Amino acid sequence: MLKNRHIQGWLQASPLTLILIGFLILPIITIVVVSFWQATEFSIIPAFTLENYEFLFGSPVTYKVFFATFKYAVITWALTLAIGFTVAYYLAFHIQNQTTQIALFLLCTIPFWTSNIIRMISWIPFLGRNGIANSMLQSWGVIDQPLEWLLYSDFSVILAFVHLYTLFMVVPIFNTMTRIDHSLIEAARDNGASGFQTLTHVILPLTKPGIMIGTIFVLTLVMGDFITVRFMSGSQKANVGRLISNDISLLQYPSAAATAVILLITVLIVIGILLRFVDIRKEL
Amino acid sequence: MSKMRYSRRAVLKGGAAAVAASTLPAPMVWAQEIKDITLRQFGTGVSNLNDVANKVKEDLGFTLEMTALDSDSVTQRAATQPDSFDIADIEYWICKKVWPTGNLQAMDTSKIANYDKIVGIFRDGKLTPESTIAQGTAPHTVGFVDGPGGTSFADEETGWMTLIPTIYNADTLGIRPDLIGRPINTWAELLNPEFKGKASILDISSIGIMDMAMVCEAMGEIQYGDKGNMTREEIDKTMAIFTEAKKNGQFRAFWKTFDESVNLMASGEVVIQSMWSPAITAVKSRGIECVYQPLKEGYRSWGGGIGLSSSLSGMELDAAYEYINWYLSGWVGGYLMRQGYYSAVPETSKNFMTENEWGYWFEGKPATDVITSPTGDILAQAGDTRDGGSFYDRMGSVACWNAVMDENQYMVRKWNEFIAS
Repeated sequence: MLKNRHIQGWLQASPLTLILIGFLILPIITIVVVSFWQATEFSIIPAFTLENYEFLFGSPVTYKVFFATFKYAVITWALTLAIGFTVAYYLAFHIQNQTTQIALFLLCTIPFWTSNIIRMISWIPFLGRNGIANSMLQSWGVIDQPLEWLLYSDFSVILAFVHLYTLFMVVPIFNTMTRIDHSLIEAARDNGASGFQTLTHVILPLTKPGIMIGTIFVLTLVMGDFITVRFMSGSQKANVGRLISNDISLLQYPSAAATAVILLITVLIVIGILLRFVDIRKEL
Repeated sequence: MSKMRYSRRAVLKGGAAAVAASTLPAPMVWAQEIKDITLRQFGTGVSNLNDVANKVKEDLGFTLEMTALDSDSVTQRAATQPDSFDIADIEYWICKKVWPTGNLQAMDTSKIANYDKIVGIFRDGKLTPESTIAQGTAPHTVGFVDGPGGTSFADEETGWMTLIPTIYNADTLGIRPDLIGRPINTWAELLNPEFKGKASILDISSIGIMDMAMVCEAMGEIQYGDKGNMTREEIDKTMAIFTEAKKNGQFRAFWKTFDESVNLMASGEVVIQSMWSPAITAVKSRGIECVYQPLKEGYRSWGGGIGLSSSLSGMELDAAYEYINWYLSGWVGGYLMRQGYYSAVPETSKNFMTENEWGYWFEGKPATDVITSPTGDILAQAGDTRDGGSFYDRMGSVACWNAVMDENQYMVRKWNEFIAS
């Protein structure tokens, strides 16, 4: 019976299927189910209610927070794309020696050997009112008063996001760039294209899948984040992740689940739209 | 990330430990079997000290495993995971929430040796016979139940205690006198525009709302029926005042853990904020001026105690009683009082403190010599007096106890909105 190609195929796919069912599908179903339950201070009552969603959609804070989440995501995306593309371009086309290329690429990953949280928190003493940045600017005479917006503001949140997630843009873009056939670039040059024209007409279209993968990484990471927003804004700002984490710490699981469901749907829609632009499968 | 981590203290100096060991009655009866017993304790970090676990091993022979969590996680765990602990070190307002789940068992006070010496606050609610009882969840209101299986709280001492009080204190605002440069004497100063961008409040709803209430009342904006049990309307008004202040940039940050509050204050990001006593100590030990400012409206007080899991029985239960008796016998009390907290049985703690320490921490007298913390950091010089004065001065002017409200669910949602707004 095992000879049957059909069964063999199913058997080969089954470990992954089981893992996905157990660790992805079931938890999501649970979250959806719980989001329709009632809760008291510390017990969850499995009785159907729409109250969680009513409260969520009924509160102006929800819309504000979703807007803030998109704001963080879009700004971070634009900045990481600009930096990530430039770094990847430099690595892929300006460094001719492959050893140097790999060495420099590894150099980019060094900060990632430390914990996410450490990299984030190290900004706090740097940006603080009496921090290194402010005292430096003051000693140079650039400013008289310390800049308050450096820390515990949208600025510090986005700064940390960009710092944390740029590599997720660099890696996929660099990867697709190294696969571009150099003869294509030569052909462009032979046909009289300027450097900029080559960039926009040859390199950019060919790196689209890399950009798209990087975009998905950055958007999902930023939209699902809560700890960066909490620390870098000194708990002053909120995104959807913080809404969920606050709910959880206050034992409001059904309410947290409802918010999570809405966030999940939102992120899926965003990714769905992105995939309309580029067929990743085909391009890879 | 949100775990409090100030329980990692160095082991206490051997000398004091040896003195303590020789004065404590050693439990001999089941000396052999008790070595195998492990009691799992979890709590809010304030009293979850590794030094205590080490001392328990030394004095009583059994192992005490400590887990420190923040208040919300503690409540969650006590309410939802009864099998994950033997001893819950929780606050009285948490007890009010958790007791109805039946996860804790009442304790027989006749087995508690020092029961009669426990401070009045935890028994009839009165510090001295003349005291009035403050608002909020006063410990004695949730301290007793009718019997071993009682589920509702009793109004008077019944002989069955829900929590054995271990530690308590009176909280107020912490300030940086060097950066403020003028006297502060009212809670209303927290929202004074003078401190725009330099104030902070703690992001733990159940405690934060009380600090807010103290501020709003001091400003004369709201007159509360009971700050510990607000109506929806009172909650809305309170939140409106603070949301307005937040939008105007009054707050530099909110803090959730002990370390955050210390860093905010020490770095000068914040000059006035809600704070806990050992956090002041931590700022001071860095050589930075910091005062736990007594305010005319009084203190917001809190108390913690040890509760026993309902699944404890037999020898483990005996060991737990042994532990409680040891807890009240003075060593821990002395240890905690030297950090600025109070012990439930101060008179036994006196034996474990020097006269200078007792005078400074409890009696509010000027220190006759350098005051150091249990870990050896210098906290005060000779001639200094404690902020707020003596035990009776401080605990006698409590305006409100940490509490859980009937409208807690509503308050929590409003709090979440406040943080997100």
